[in-house]
Amino acid sequence: MLYLRSQNVISLNNSPIMSKDNEILEEFTSKEYEHGWSVNYEADEAPVGLNEEIIKWISAKKEEPSWLLEWRLKAFRTWQEMAEPNWANVTYPKIDFDKLRYYSAPKQSNKPKNLNEVDPELLAIYERLGISLNEQKRLQGIAVDAVLDSVSVATTFKGTLSKLGIIFCSFSEAVKEHPELVKKYLGSVVPMTDNYYAALNSAVFSDGSFCYIPKGVRCPMELSTYFRINAANTGQFERTLIVAEEESYVSYLEGCTAPQRDENQLHAAVVEIYAAAHAEVKYSTVQNWFPGDKNGKGGIYNFVTKRGICAGDHSKISWTQVETGSAVTWKYPSCILKGDYSVGEFYSVAVTNNYQQADTGTKMIHIGKNTKSRIVSKGISAGKSQNSYRGQVQVMKRADNARNFSQCDSLLMGDRCGAHTFPYIDINNPSAKVEHEATTSKIGEDQIFYCNQRGIATEDAVALIVNGYAKEVLNQLPMEFAVEAQKLLALTLEGSVG
Amino acid sequence: MLSIKNLHASIEGTPILRGINLEVKAGEVHAIMGPNGSGKSTLASVLAGREEYEVTEGEVTFKGKDLLDLAPEDRAREGVFLAFQYPVEIPGVSSTNFLRTAVNQVREYRGLEPLDAVKFLSLMKEKMKLVEIDQKLLSRALNEGFSGGEKKRNEIFQMAMLEPTLSILDETDSGLDIDALKIVSNGVNQLKSADNATIVVTHYQRLLDYIVPDYVHVLYKGRIVKSGTKELALELEEKGYDWIKEEIDSAATV
Ligand SMILES: Nc1ncnc2c1ncn2[C@@H]1O[C@H](COP(=O)(O)OP(=O)(O)OP(=O)(O)O)[C@@H](O)[C@H]1O
Ligand SMILES: [Mg+2]
Repeated sequence: MLYLRSQNVISLNNSPIMSKDNEILEEFTSKEYEHGWSVNYEADEAPVGLNEEIIKWISAKKEEPSWLLEWRLKAFRTWQEMAEPNWANVTYPKIDFDKLRYYSAPKQSNKPKNLNEVDPELLAIYERLGISLNEQKRLQGIAVDAVLDSVSVATTFKGTLSKLGIIFCSFSEAVKEHPELVKKYLGSVVPMTDNYYAALNSAVFSDGSFCYIPKGVRCPMELSTYFRINAANTGQFERTLIVAEEESYVSYLEGCTAPQRDENQLHAAVVEIYAAAHAEVKYSTVQNWFPGDKNGKGGIYNFVTKRGICAGDHSKISWTQVETGSAVTWKYPSCILKGDYSVGEFYSVAVTNNYQQADTGTKMIHIGKNTKSRIVSKGISAGKSQNSYRGQVQVMKRADNARNFSQCDSLLMGDRCGAHTFPYIDINNPSAKVEHEATTSKIGEDQIFYCNQRGIATEDAVALIVNGYAKEVLNQLPMEFAVEAQKLLALTLEGSVG
Repeated sequence: MLSIKNLHASIEGTPILRGINLEVKAGEVHAIMGPNGSGKSTLASVLAGREEYEVTEGEVTFKGKDLLDLAPEDRAREGVFLAFQYPVEIPGVSSTNFLRTAVNQVREYRGLEPLDAVKFLSLMKEKMKLVEIDQKLLSRALNEGFSGGEKKRNEIFQMAMLEPTLSILDETDSGLDIDALKIVSNGVNQLKSADNATIVVTHYQRLLDYIVPDYVHVLYKGRIVKSGTKELALELEEKGYDWIKEEIDSAATV
């Protein structure tokens, strides 16, 4: 049976219902991007441009086995045949892929063996981001892999984890130390030919994180990766691979920032998650790439492919994302529900302000029997931004009793932004139950006034209201991340909202 | 404490308040009555600083300051509290979280240390007793799905938490059941002191049995057309507004 509430496509360039709202909204002055500094460090860079020589250069630089170079080259050749997708509800000038640099690494004469050997300059960058890699100082018990520009700088808590058989290291290291695992799973969830940016990533990816949880192990701490783009004109193409064996559990966090620059920078990552029977993977992202200035100059193009496969029965993959940054975002963390009784979840808050554009959502592909998925998407648009939810729920022929619930809410601030919802539903099994609910609301002037009347300043009132609106998603985040995410939401909106 | 002189206000070009004069001193309770649409809520909103209303003439001083010059949040921090006729819902924000933000911002303005979680919760406990409000209600999202009476009770609870100098209660009695009316009025009375003042907007004499006013004013067509003591409320209860309307309307046509 199919339950379908609300229209299929809700497109709303909102009308001037409450003109007074906007005046309050516009009174605010833009808040500078907090992480907008860059550091001069000596970098080891690939020449500008993209061709097979560059790919060989990267592969050689990373001392990769030949099978991986072949894999990259194959991806590159496929990519050359592909066209840039244009179906997303975003516009940006054409990217000249030959003008980009595909590899930039902070120069280190020898790879550090432990944190004491990591360049203090680099550690200082992460300290400024609020990420202390210094194990002694870390009380929260989160293992961190920090990726600067293209390479992984350091991974903390390695020892503790390896006692449990957990592998958590940079991708390059995994290629060297665990080639059989990498070979087995790389490209198994996101094939190199999956889409334009995934193919590009497969050709030129420089580093990223690798995580392997053995059978029956519950990872005792949050695993976390921080990505930062520092070098100018450099694309960041990281790759994350998470493998959770039977009956294992892991919660994984990803955070990102970039310095403020006039030019746009490209970020095209790939994340693959594999969950065996009864395994559970929670993947949380707080994305805070530089969004561009208030006139829409600069900012990161964030074209990311994230996908997980619930390969085994009773497995579960849960995506939670708080998207506050980037000039243009194109991102659909998805779940392939192959195992019977497997569960996929997607919780998202996407905030856009000024000239930001976000086209984000998820795909839930029900293949196994009794599979369940849940989608909760909260879009917040302010300024002149465009915020689209794009989601697909697909129920395959043999997926008896598939269940999906989708809730897509949009919150508008001011009357020059847009909120759009594009839910696609494709049902091939009559026993499926799919529910879709969508709402669009405006932040109410009466709500703000109510807060003001209790002594709460407008800025804080907006933060309260927005965090309340996004609560269901924020609640999915680990405590510490939730606090950070709340602050980020408020900060992102400070630019335009009253 | 509050002095309103010849206050005119309009919304979208339509004049609603047409020359209000009112003096409220510390320790006093004023009741404002009047037919629907006469401008009672408008007066309350203008005092609280709602931006849709444009003040076209007149002045308002509060504790010697020009009230109309202050932002709405600063009026609140100075001690103006409005219990709304229709409190709004704020989904996902618990009353506790909301009030903690409010109380601490007000305290900061007054140069006081913010209350830590423990002190805040004990203050809440104390004030909850005053209006017999249920803890469960306060952990829910603010006003979301609250019954009419629960919303009104919550307004007075917030008033207790914020300890205002001037409280304006806009039809707080409507929606309250008989027992709740007693409890809430009792709470308001306990919050009364020689240093604060209350303006109650109501349609019913019944409330004034519990919260006894020093003065009763009748608002009609944006003006205070009659003022008296609590006996005036009794007279209105008995006779309605027609006799006043006639008096005013015939005077106007002459
Ligand atoms: N946006 C608006 N545009 C035009 N007129 C308005 C607007 N808002 C309020 N009014 C009018 O202002 C007048 C006063 O309204 P107000 O809410 O102050 O009345 P009230 O005395 O509180 O009435 P009640 O006893 O019903 O609560 C009403 O006639 C109302 O219709
Ligand atoms: Mg009213």
